[in-house]
Amino acid sequence: MTLLLRSGQGVLTLLLCLVALVRLPLLAPDAPFPFGMETTALILLLIAIGALVSFLPIGRLARVSVLLVTAHLAAWLLIGGISGNEGQARLSYFLLIAASWLLGWRCISELAEIKPSSRQFTMALRLLIPAIFGAWILILWEAITRGAGIPFILLPPPSAIWDRITGSLPILAADVRQTILKAVLFGYLVGCAAGFIVAILADRVAFLRRGLLPIGNLMSALPIIGVAPIMVMWFGFDWQSKAAVVIVMTFFPMLVNTVAGLGASGSIERDLMRSYASGYWQTLCKLRLPAAMPFIFNALKINSTLALIGAIVAEFFGTPIVGMGFRISTEIGRMNVDMVWAEIAVAALIGSVFYGVVALAERATTFWHPSNRGG
Amino acid sequence: MPDHITRTNLRTHRTHGWPHRMTASPASVVSARKLGLTFQTNDGPVHALSDVDLEVEKGDFVSFIGPSGCGKTTFLRVIADLEKNTGGEISVNGMTPEEARKARAYGYVFQAPALYPWRTIENNVALPLEIMEYSKAEQKQRVQRTLDLVNLAGFGNKYPWQLSGGMQQRASIARALAFDADLLLMDEPFGALDEIVRDHLNAQLLKLWATTEKTICFVTHSIPEAVYLSTKIVVMSPRPGRVTDVIESTLPRERPLDIRETPEFLAIAHRVREGLRAGHSYEE
Repeated sequence: MTLLLRSGQGVLTLLLCLVALVRLPLLAPDAPFPFGMETTALILLLIAIGALVSFLPIGRLARVSVLLVTAHLAAWLLIGGISGNEGQARLSYFLLIAASWLLGWRCISELAEIKPSSRQFTMALRLLIPAIFGAWILILWEAITRGAGIPFILLPPPSAIWDRITGSLPILAADVRQTILKAVLFGYLVGCAAGFIVAILADRVAFLRRGLLPIGNLMSALPIIGVAPIMVMWFGFDWQSKAAVVIVMTFFPMLVNTVAGLGASGSIERDLMRSYASGYWQTLCKLRLPAAMPFIFNALKINSTLALIGAIVAEFFGTPIVGMGFRISTEIGRMNVDMVWAEIAVAALIGSVFYGVVALAERATTFWHPSNRGG
Repeated sequence: MPDHITRTNLRTHRTHGWPHRMTASPASVVSARKLGLTFQTNDGPVHALSDVDLEVEKGDFVSFIGPSGCGKTTFLRVIADLEKNTGGEISVNGMTPEEARKARAYGYVFQAPALYPWRTIENNVALPLEIMEYSKAEQKQRVQRTLDLVNLAGFGNKYPWQLSGGMQQRASIARALAFDADLLLMDEPFGALDEIVRDHLNAQLLKLWATTEKTICFVTHSIPEAVYLSTKIVVMSPRPGRVTDVIESTLPRERPLDIRETPEFLAIAHRVREGLRAGHSYEE
């Protein structure tokens, strides 16, 4: 009994295997490319081995390695056999997918309980666990869309999206160049710099502080959907108008955060600078800006995602025939949903990298802040 | 009876004739006359300081003691030009406090260490030197010297948050010493530390005072601390903040920690306590 309790997923997996065995074959009788006997047997065997090993007291690392191999090999075989047989999967197919998913789950939960012994190992675990997790999202997505024959228009399987990405690299590259490298990067840099400079001016000049900050507030409330067509009217169809939208969107978060950050230094620290007869700029550079860094990085992170959204949405309102937003809006009209998903995937990837770079710079700059000291 | 002696000293001090111009005797570092400071608040004016007369001479170690709200910190802040007096006159090194501040005449040690967490201890101590535009070589040499002075050599590369509270406060003293101001203003610098660390730092501070020959103004809540450290103890009382007694210490300048058990020490402590009590009954 204690042996069974050791792995709940293992018990469930074996049960699913049994039911699947009774309900074979995996695909409908008229499927064009049915699973061979050997393949089906191999899949069942792999899953059974994985489930049984999960009970064995053979050391965590050994269990994890066996689970890792069996779960993913079984899933690989299952997914490999379904392509071409869209919509032909029977209950037993989904039961086996569920069974291998349970093994994958078991694998992750065993991994999560490992107490890493070295730094490299910690890093590897931190990458491996979310990687397996993400892989399973894709595996389930692929198996369900293909197995159940979900219409391509509603949700294409990830393999089709991947094929589209690899097949249209030149188009995607041109879109990235237009939208990210021109509009987003330029708009982000100019918008953040302008917000920062105006914040310092407002700090120095009381008249700006009183007059401009409330107006800035108003600017932040402008709906981007309304601003984008105006910017296209002002700056033309090319990337300049998108950069303008990005500037409008990123300016205000930076302004507000920098103003808040400049007020963040303590009164004792400021008295200290006064006791040294320190000038305005010296106090700014040596005390107030370093103290404002956590706030400024906060704005940089918020803006990294805002800029991407702004540039893509702005392209819906007129562009030359290139750009990520343009591609999304035209390809959806032509029912090329896989291209839309390809653009979404690329945008998500670039957005994550963008955010990650800013977050890394933050950790290097504000290592002293209580929230970063541990790591 | 030491009580008798100090009282005599006190009388001479009080009857000491004030010079007519603000430039007091050349040895006078801080000279306050009828000094007053009133804060305007929503609940009406608050008299933080009223009619304070005081002379601090070169090389003095002056302690300010009194209950909260007696204006001892405010007085220190007026000397430092962090507050402006609203009445009377005050001179620091023969100048107005503002001129003295601009001439970098004093180092200020606050209640909290106020070290910048993004700078190492070394760079924190170098901060005033950077602002005052000392050369790189000079900065390095001064940082080394002052860190040695407060026994923090070898900790220069640490960040403040990696050090204990006592070490942080020592680093902040090093920072105040780094640019060789003759006047050191200390506002309850050891208030947040435990008694054992505090004793240790007090002994170190006396040694430091002896080697550097600075003039020190020291605000404290603790009677033993005030008596142990000072050549002159200023007893203050609240509402309005004013000086009730000025006690010249008869203890020698060389003071081991166990001097605190001698009758002479206890007599001065008693005198301070009496002064504090008198100020309190006056209020009621």
